[in-house]
Amino acid sequence: MSLLLKNAMLPSGEIVDILIEGRLIAQVAPNIQSTADRTFDVGSSYVLPGLVDLHTHLREPGREDSETVASGSRAAVKGGYTAVSAMANTHPVADTAGVVEQVFRLGQEAGLCDVFPIGAVTEGLNGEKLAELGAMAESVARVRIFSDDGKCVHDPLVMRRALEYVKSFNGIIAQHAQEPRLTEGAQMNEGAVSSVLGLTGWPAIAEEAIIARDLLLAEHVQSRLHICHLTTAGGVELVRWAKSRGVQVTAEVTPHHLLLTDESVRSYDPVFKVNPPLRSASDVLALRAGLADGTIDVVATDHAPHPTEDKECEWQSAAFGMLGLETALSVVITTMVKTGLLSWEQLAQRMSISPAGIAGYTEHGQPITAGSVANLTIVDSNATYTVDRTSSLSKSKNNPFHGMELHGVVTHVFFAGTLVLDNGIVNERVND
Amino acid sequence: MNSHLLSVEDLNKAEAIAILNTAEELGKISDGPMKKLPTLRGRTVVNLFFEDSTRTRISFETAAKRLSADVINFSAKGSSVSKGESLKDTAQTLQAIGADAVVIRHSASGAAQRLADSGWISAAVINAGDGTHEHPTQALLDALTIRQHFPNMDGDLSGLKVAIVGDILHSRVARSNVLLLTKLGAEVTLVAPPTLLPVGVESWLASRSYDLDRVIPSMDVVMMLRVQQERMSNFFFPSAREYSKAFGLTNVRLAHLQQTAIVMHPGPMNRGLEISSESADAENSVVLEQVANGVLIRMAVLYTLLGGVPLHSGSETTL
Repeated sequence: MSLLLKNAMLPSGEIVDILIEGRLIAQVAPNIQSTADRTFDVGSSYVLPGLVDLHTHLREPGREDSETVASGSRAAVKGGYTAVSAMANTHPVADTAGVVEQVFRLGQEAGLCDVFPIGAVTEGLNGEKLAELGAMAESVARVRIFSDDGKCVHDPLVMRRALEYVKSFNGIIAQHAQEPRLTEGAQMNEGAVSSVLGLTGWPAIAEEAIIARDLLLAEHVQSRLHICHLTTAGGVELVRWAKSRGVQVTAEVTPHHLLLTDESVRSYDPVFKVNPPLRSASDVLALRAGLADGTIDVVATDHAPHPTEDKECEWQSAAFGMLGLETALSVVITTMVKTGLLSWEQLAQRMSISPAGIAGYTEHGQPITAGSVANLTIVDSNATYTVDRTSSLSKSKNNPFHGMELHGVVTHVFFAGTLVLDNGIVNERVND
Repeated sequence: MNSHLLSVEDLNKAEAIAILNTAEELGKISDGPMKKLPTLRGRTVVNLFFEDSTRTRISFETAAKRLSADVINFSAKGSSVSKGESLKDTAQTLQAIGADAVVIRHSASGAAQRLADSGWISAAVINAGDGTHEHPTQALLDALTIRQHFPNMDGDLSGLKVAIVGDILHSRVARSNVLLLTKLGAEVTLVAPPTLLPVGVESWLASRSYDLDRVIPSMDVVMMLRVQQERMSNFFFPSAREYSKAFGLTNVRLAHLQQTAIVMHPGPMNRGLEISSESADAENSVVLEQVANGVLIRMAVLYTLLGGVPLHSGSETTL
């Protein structure tokens, strides 16, 4: 099977043709004269290396009512992703080789993108006993990222040992930074808005205290640390400081923390309830600046589907989390590229090349040149659309961007040379 | 005015004063031989209480009955928090029954707004206390009580100095009162240990003090808030005795009040903790007036929201 993309704009701005043969890019050059099986004139849309998400909740096994690996893969492809990283807080928890292999296999069966399982740091995410990290690393799923996400590895000794232990197989600990005692019963960002709404505050310092501790631990034991969903200006400062000292730290920010603030909570609509919470406008600006200057390495979705009944209730009894896969790229284009904070080359870095590098996904985030695996995403940067939660490919509808107009529409996705998104439609016959 | 009363923010100053005026008009009628008015005959008011509060429920029930409304008391303690019936199912049930107004009390902040905004129900929603957010009818009855003691030509509270003392952090009464009393022109000072003032309180239109003794002599109104015993276990203050010593209305502090000043408490009181028994029963304590005014305010709110037959007797109220 050979595919020819005509008039594709590389992140550098150069317009080229791209010939795909089998799984690989065969040629990148202006005006390729070739008789491919199928030719696409992408009309100066951007072509990016397929997006890579380091933080995705696919809910399977256990909560297939909110998402499955297959439905999450469809949402991922619709959003331009060719690789996602399935978080470990499933039921049962992904804390054994058996569970991570199951998730990995489900991803392969769906066949729309790579699904790389993340392993739990501790058994049952309970923060007390290390899970069998080595067994997960050696499994078919070849786990390299470990996280108790949803919960913080709060015990400093457990965190230290985990950081040290995974060094032997080049693993990385992805920390959900949340000091548990300072966030008991927490419902939203602690500040002026929470004081008026009477909702228990989730203070920024509860995140920053753990980040600071873990940066020092990572430096001390010379290990790799990844900070999940950074949300505060203070957190950005801490990571910037640590990087200047040579600490092996990487950090992610979610699309929703780049766009939304705690002002949204005034509606008491739980679609805006998320952990860590939406912060203040000044935090949003600091996160954008941190992503622009590279302090924050990657955008990760924290895609967190929930069934309707878990959101259609009082704020304090609602579940934490919001959808992200289908809207991530356009939120980043809208907040970062259209505002001039990020170039297209930097966008490719933050959403594909860097996350692939952190996780060691060697077939992703490759340069768009001959010989690379053909994981490619085509995005029409001039198109806009209004987000409609009812048209979501996720099984859930908890979309905080519903009704917003966003820039950038993903039109085509090629996963290892296979067309998985064709003019915005997921190709369900991939496996046939 | 909105079709709901969820927060004091739903009222502008004129609307708030109109409710106070209506309450006073209704009070004149209630003082007569026939306490009951026919204005809401045939209308159904549901008291939807997800949280126990006999006082507030009785107050709303009395108010609705004096206006001849049919009253249904719906105690839904098994809220969705405890995985019983959800707010949505309850709301849809009340919609099917044909409720005209729903008075909701709930332990979750924002529950009243959820009920009003969700589209599950078309009834007028009245917030009778939602978590640690607001309790707008309490603020209205407090404002009415204050106004009766300090009347002026404008019907507002301009120039009055009010101290709200105690657990501001967890108090819906404090939140609603700060919004309403300042809207009506009063100067509000919050007095509490730093642990019981919310982070972000700087954005409120109220000044703050940690020193009750310094504040007391200049106040026209001292409003004491109930302190929950369980706060001690969360390190908000070391002991009841220490709290009482620093932030209680003791007999000594009572003596330092101005002659004209009044003492308020939303009830139920912890005698000996935030307020001494003598202070609670003192001549300038208006606690029972607050209770009586509660019925009038709730009548006025139901009347205003459900658009009852206009009042006669040359009332100046704009309804």
